Amino acid sequence: MAQPSLFDQVVDFGSRADPYPLYAELRRTPVSRADDGSYVVSTYQAIVALLHDPRVSSDRRHRADYAEDEDEFVPGLPPSFIGLDPPGHDRVRRLLTRHFGPPHDPGRITSMTAGMADIVADLIGHLAGRTCCDLIEDVTYPFPVTVICRLLGVPREDEPRFRVWADAIVSSIDPTTGDLAARKRRRLDAAADLASYFGELIDAGRDRPGNGMLAELVADDGPEGRLSRAELMSNASLLLIAGHETTVNLIANGMLTLLRHPQVLQRLRRQPALSARLVEELLRYEPPVQFLPNRTALDDIDIAGTIIPRGGQVTLVLAAGSRDPEHVPDPGRFDPDRPDNEHLGFGGGIHYCFGAPLARIEAQIALPELARRLENLRLAADPPPYRPNPLLRGPAQLPVRFDRVAPAPATRSRDQRITERHLHHV
Amino acid sequence: MRGDEALWYDPEPGDWQRENVLRAAAACPVQAMRVEQAHFRDDSRVPAAAHGDADAFRRTGRIVIVGASLAGLKAAATLRHEGFTGSLTLIGDEPYEPYDRPPLSKQVLDGWVPAQRTALPVPGDLDARWRLGVAAAGLDLARKQVLLADGEEVGFDRLLIATGVRPRPWPDPAQAALDGVFVLDTRDDAARLQERLAAGPRRVLVIGGGFIGSETASVCRDLGLPVTVAERGPAPLVGALGRVIGAIAADMQRDHGVDLRCGVFAKALAGDSSGRLCSAELSDGSTLDADVAIVALGSLRNVEWLDGSGLAAGPWGVGCDSGSRAFTLDGMVTDDIFAAGDVARFPHPLYNYQFLALQHWGNAVAQAEIAAHNMISAQTDRWPHLAIPSFWSTQFDTEIKSVGVPSFADEVVITQGSAADRRFVAAYGHRGRVTAAVAFNQAKWLEFYQSLIERSAPFPPDFRGVDEPADRRPVPAGMPDQPIPGDQATVEVTGHNPGERRTALVRRRHRPGARLPQQRRDRHGPAQSL
Repeated sequence: MAQPSLFDQVVDFGSRADPYPLYAELRRTPVSRADDGSYVVSTYQAIVALLHDPRVSSDRRHRADYAEDEDEFVPGLPPSFIGLDPPGHDRVRRLLTRHFGPPHDPGRITSMTAGMADIVADLIGHLAGRTCCDLIEDVTYPFPVTVICRLLGVPREDEPRFRVWADAIVSSIDPTTGDLAARKRRRLDAAADLASYFGELIDAGRDRPGNGMLAELVADDGPEGRLSRAELMSNASLLLIAGHETTVNLIANGMLTLLRHPQVLQRLRRQPALSARLVEELLRYEPPVQFLPNRTALDDIDIAGTIIPRGGQVTLVLAAGSRDPEHVPDPGRFDPDRPDNEHLGFGGGIHYCFGAPLARIEAQIALPELARRLENLRLAADPPPYRPNPLLRGPAQLPVRFDRVAPAPATRSRDQRITERHLHHV
Repeated sequence: MRGDEALWYDPEPGDWQRENVLRAAAACPVQAMRVEQAHFRDDSRVPAAAHGDADAFRRTGRIVIVGASLAGLKAAATLRHEGFTGSLTLIGDEPYEPYDRPPLSKQVLDGWVPAQRTALPVPGDLDARWRLGVAAAGLDLARKQVLLADGEEVGFDRLLIATGVRPRPWPDPAQAALDGVFVLDTRDDAARLQERLAAGPRRVLVIGGGFIGSETASVCRDLGLPVTVAERGPAPLVGALGRVIGAIAADMQRDHGVDLRCGVFAKALAGDSSGRLCSAELSDGSTLDADVAIVALGSLRNVEWLDGSGLAAGPWGVGCDSGSRAFTLDGMVTDDIFAAGDVARFPHPLYNYQFLALQHWGNAVAQAEIAAHNMISAQTDRWPHLAIPSFWSTQFDTEIKSVGVPSFADEVVITQGSAADRRFVAAYGHRGRVTAAVAFNQAKWLEFYQSLIERSAPFPPDFRGVDEPADRRPVPAGMPDQPIPGDQATVEVTGHNPGERRTALVRRRHRPGARLPQQRRDRHGPAQSL
């Protein structure tokens, strides 16, 4: 058998700990072919161009190999907005944004930040008396899960239930976990279960409205109406999964990177405000979403010297683009002071990560707190064991050692209190 | 603020927001936000290799910038950023530190931001001499002196002209002086108008349906005020976007409750016995009761101070090359005089080398950077200003964004979305190539269209894509005849020997009864005009 394509080598589990040398090779051919025939785009300029190109669809129903009778979707459930094109995509995204950010709901995330800091402080506090832990099991997984549950209004105690479905859905994206038909079956089964779980929540909420986005979306009275029950089920499933899977990896990749760059870790301990730029550099250097698969060319697209034919499958390798030396100098260097840090960590164009403001703030809160409170922190394994998924890439465990856990500050800082007070006035 | 890309605007965030601001600046996907300290810590852009003279000038030269608004400040900051350590003087006729103008017709007018809180960030280490509150009154090229209105002379080695534009005033001074008649130019204008609108006038008359007129009408509706827009042309925004897209803007205005009257202009304003505006006489013979009138009839370039200087400066602006070096009336390029921002006209290769006069925020920034760079660089290190023009406007819950030069077009086609929903992209074409695109609440696609413009891609663009409208046939864009600024540049050439030949501007009065100059912003003119 011929040697697998470069992209198939990226997907191979053996490359998980460090796919970046393969990305450098990929970039030599800005548009290459994977073994399944899809077009793999790996340079910054070409990716940015395609992210803004109306000839590129996110709707699987436009695939050349899409058959009407194929079970691509759960019966009765529309695709979530990540798999739609305008105008349908725009409508759903607008309706969701009404309860997530400006202009309708500008204070949503800031109003959650104090609570987020408390969650992280508590999780780290539970490590007191220990000198080793798995950072993922103990902090970087439970933190974003708790936050997304609060945001959506999903009972935190249901986590063991939805974790099973979320794991099944996420692993079904991973080509290493079985053939296409088997993966699709698992994905559809889990998606149906998760959606019907949300159906129950929605119905229960109609009688007894709770807090959070879900309840507000159910009762939305905006000028454009509201999402249907089925739309809500699909999109709530997406928000729940995308709202924590990627953030777990962002924070875990972040701690791993900091532990590999001890001077930056030390700086962050002294200078927590570094976190804003640090997180941007992490999104460039070790992004939790490595590539965007499943886009389809609606027309022949002449890009970087290659023609992607109509119906062709397109994969945008964001992680390769963010390390393109044609775009960023010395791309392999981790540098939180990097000026003009334009990266592809959240994609771009109309599908730019919906949850980006939340993911950023979660990482900006968690990383300095972990750096500050776990004294003499060091990796117990490098590289750590990785999760199989090449797309949503991150460690399976992040075993670390430390000398002791510093106490949480007795009261929140003055700045935080001022911020909170002000927000109540807004 | 409303619209798809609505942002809360707070130009001078308090200390309590420091962290949010730093986070936002770090997070901006295109790194478009500048935090003052961050800007100057950035030392990644090293000056180009030193070239004898340029290097000496960089250390000890004297640069004067006339015009202390966006372009002037941006140029000053760029000069320092690129290593200019000589003396730097900024001259501005307003008494204020530089401030930002786009919010004046938006967030300031609706009361969200006080007018005095629109200051632009001035780098802490700018080390400039400021001469604010005094206008430049003359330029002596031979002696290299700027003459100020207070009689002072300021010497320079290199000069940047960034004096911008001002609103075209209401033609009758007595009527213009009525209480309730406003133009919108300075922060003082905006503060006064905001106060008056907040007091709840019975009806506002907006004279002129260009961008300023439309934005102010939008704010009036947001405030619940009855508003009439009188637009001489067939639709609002028609000068910039053409009749087809203008018609969509007209529907938008009417849907938001604007009493829009097209093909109509205000002939006279009338006051009551105490000098307060009470009504306006319109060209259709009707009379409109209004206690506020906003005169939005386009702009005039601030060039009078250059009269007699020998530069190619006139009502059409200050002509310069694409490297921002000003032309003389003779059509020669100067070495030490530069122009940037709203007052400048420069040739753009993509637009048949026509001289573009752009009154866009983004152009002021980009051209000022180019001018500043070139002012301290040797010939071979100079850059041309080849940015694709772009602008935005926020009105009636809609974010309008444009790339290219829509007025440089003969046809237009909606390529994505729906005009009825006011979510669409329209591509503009000139003789079979794409020259511009305008998006209503669909701005994220414009990068694609910018690449079509940059490549002079064929028009109509022929592609299958998302959100295709049913009808993709181009129609005439309906651009009004462009005024020809060169018409006003009557010159005579004198002298016989090559060493004596010179050009002089001949000023002629308009013939009585001749049509008034176009009452709107002219975007560009023909190549022969400097």
